[in-house]
Amino acid sequence: MAAVTNSWATRRGIGAVAIVFWLAMLALPLLGNVFPSESFDYYMFMGQSMMVYAIAVLGLNLLTGFNGQISLGHGAFFALGAYVTAILMTDGGWPYWATLPVVAILCFGAGFLFGFPALKLESHYLALATFTLAIAVPQLLKHKAISPWTGGVAGLVLDKPDAPFGLPLSPDQWLFYFCLIVAMVLFWAAFNLLRGRSGRAMMAIRDHGMAAGTMGIDTSLYKTITFGISALYTGLAGALSAITVAYVAPDSFALPLSIAFLVGLVVGGLSSLSGCIIGGIFLVLVQNWSQSLSDWMKATFDLRYDVPSWAIYGVLLLLLMYVMPTGVAGGVGRLYRFVAQKLAR
Amino acid sequence: MTQKLRRRDALKLASGALLATPMLGARRARAAGKYSPGATDTEIKIGQTMPYSGNASAYGANGRAHAAYFRMINEQGGINGRKINFISLDDGYSPPKTVELTRQLVERDQVLLLFAPLGTAPNVAIHKYMNQKKVPQLFVATGASQWGDPKHFPWTMGWQPDYHTEGHIYAKHILATIKDPKIAILRQNDDFGLDYYNGMIEGLGKDAGKLVALAATYEVTDATVDSQILQLKNSGANVFFNITTPKFAAQAIKKAAEIDWKPTQYLVNVAASIGAAIRPAGFDNAQGIITANYIKDITDATWATSPDFVAWKAWMAKYNPTANPLESANATAYSSAFTLVHVLRQCGDDLTRENVMRQAASLHDLEAPLLLPGIKLNTSPTDFFPIKSVQLARMEGDHWKLFGDLMTRTAV
Repeated sequence: MAAVTNSWATRRGIGAVAIVFWLAMLALPLLGNVFPSESFDYYMFMGQSMMVYAIAVLGLNLLTGFNGQISLGHGAFFALGAYVTAILMTDGGWPYWATLPVVAILCFGAGFLFGFPALKLESHYLALATFTLAIAVPQLLKHKAISPWTGGVAGLVLDKPDAPFGLPLSPDQWLFYFCLIVAMVLFWAAFNLLRGRSGRAMMAIRDHGMAAGTMGIDTSLYKTITFGISALYTGLAGALSAITVAYVAPDSFALPLSIAFLVGLVVGGLSSLSGCIIGGIFLVLVQNWSQSLSDWMKATFDLRYDVPSWAIYGVLLLLLMYVMPTGVAGGVGRLYRFVAQKLAR
Repeated sequence: MTQKLRRRDALKLASGALLATPMLGARRARAAGKYSPGATDTEIKIGQTMPYSGNASAYGANGRAHAAYFRMINEQGGINGRKINFISLDDGYSPPKTVELTRQLVERDQVLLLFAPLGTAPNVAIHKYMNQKKVPQLFVATGASQWGDPKHFPWTMGWQPDYHTEGHIYAKHILATIKDPKIAILRQNDDFGLDYYNGMIEGLGKDAGKLVALAATYEVTDATVDSQILQLKNSGANVFFNITTPKFAAQAIKKAAEIDWKPTQYLVNVAASIGAAIRPAGFDNAQGIITANYIKDITDATWATSPDFVAWKAWMAKYNPTANPLESANATAYSSAFTLVHVLRQCGDDLTRENVMRQAASLHDLEAPLLLPGIKLNTSPTDFFPIKSVQLARMEGDHWKLFGDLMTRTAV
């Protein structure tokens, strides 16, 4: 794991690429004004989902990729963030943006507290412990005692915000920008965290906990705080998801969501910031594509039965893992080094 | 994504420029239509979400029957020369999935309207969205009373009689026929269950608290309702009001028989399908159950010669041959699809979303096939309840036997 790349996250020169990438993202919604398309709002929505997933995957990456703690239950923190936002907006009448700090604090607290029992558990055992979160939370959300606030199985429907200050943007264009700004801030914060002392401490704990301890790193403190920060990121992603989808319900946060984060993480590349973005894009696109591919196969080959789209998804995933075992970010990095060597010769 | 967009739009521009001149000619030759997204000179695009999988998958028969009906219409030449392009997607009765798919249908596929999306909770989830987007959410396949609220939600309209009224009618029947009723209620824990429940409580009047012995709930994601039935039996009730979807209805009826609990049973209309609920529960276990109908029981020989039934039978054989012939959804869906086609015909060449709603809100004594004799569809800009009447029926042998008079919404 460690071999994959600490350097990939923090190497010099990567900053320029990142700036170009974010600038390109900023320009994206304006394409809608240049090439008007009826479905443009839908593509904007897909873009929002990609950023939401990218942030969630980043949260998991901080914990798993950079600190070596495995979590199968990050869907629970995602749900917590989404519900806090939804409840504050419907019952409290809060504006959508004001809910984010509350979500951040609550999710950090929840993650930090969960970090304590996690200290006692290593790798597989921790995975199993967090797994319980993923299973329990959707059921708890349906519980009668809290259904006056959570809306039970039916969930909560939110109002979709319009663009503020009379900006000439459609609600979906504005939400794209909103997600983008939050994502940029969060990625920038993670970048700074990781390249500093704390980041090195986190990675040292991952690479060899005991050695890190003897070097004077307070391993328990770092591990619990990392858990908190990780939950904070994923919770914020959940809040953004509630705002952009304008709807929350327990069924959205079932086990497959937690697994999806892990898939996004592994596909994008462990311990890689750019990998998180790739993971987010992957989660949205490939699910869409496998459905379209299934429809296309049915129509083209005149099949009598549907081709199961999840099977297609599985095959795609398998292929990807064979071609790029260290994730897309790792694979591209390897390819880059390979080409650079050839050219240098 | 960028790449995809650019290529798409570039293609569109290029093809648009190429086709512009001849297209203009073609357009003018036809009647100049007024269109919202989803409608053209040749096509009307209609979207739907439907539980083809999951715990409520018995209802999937509705969507397949709708598709079969539209296939027939298309073969007969379509609606005013336009073919129906019907996109029905599987939401598994899961509201978040409904929201996602509805977004896809409205924003990516650009459908003219959503026809009969099924389920109360799924429809609640998209209610606000559809009205914000001003896209018709027409003849929803759920009878919650909230669909008839044109003042706040002018883009949403129900079709079948509402649950609240139905619950009210059962309550009145219980009070009139059963001495010392002690009522046990099993209900799905969502808006659908609550709507029936509230109707019943209101109908029972001020003594409701005393009359209801126990009200148990289940989640639509539960595996069985066995433990609830045991609880209800132990409450000592002599009336059982069964507010469930077909799969759970069958479980409840069967379990009650197994543990030898013999109350007077009332089964809500939405679960009263012979094919999906009664037969799986066993006809022996279901004798005497009371329900309310608005549609003809397709297993009842009384209707064998009525022209609408004969036409339905022929349609089933030709367009829907793989469906379960006992499944009442095939009749309901046939009738609701007829209503939609009628509305779209009325729209003529003005296929805007506004006009679709206007036409839907001006039905006058429309006789849809397979409705019970005397039931006609009426709507107005302030009345979004197309079907308002039901008649009570009792399980006798292998079909529902109607009794009593038609009861209408205004009468209760």
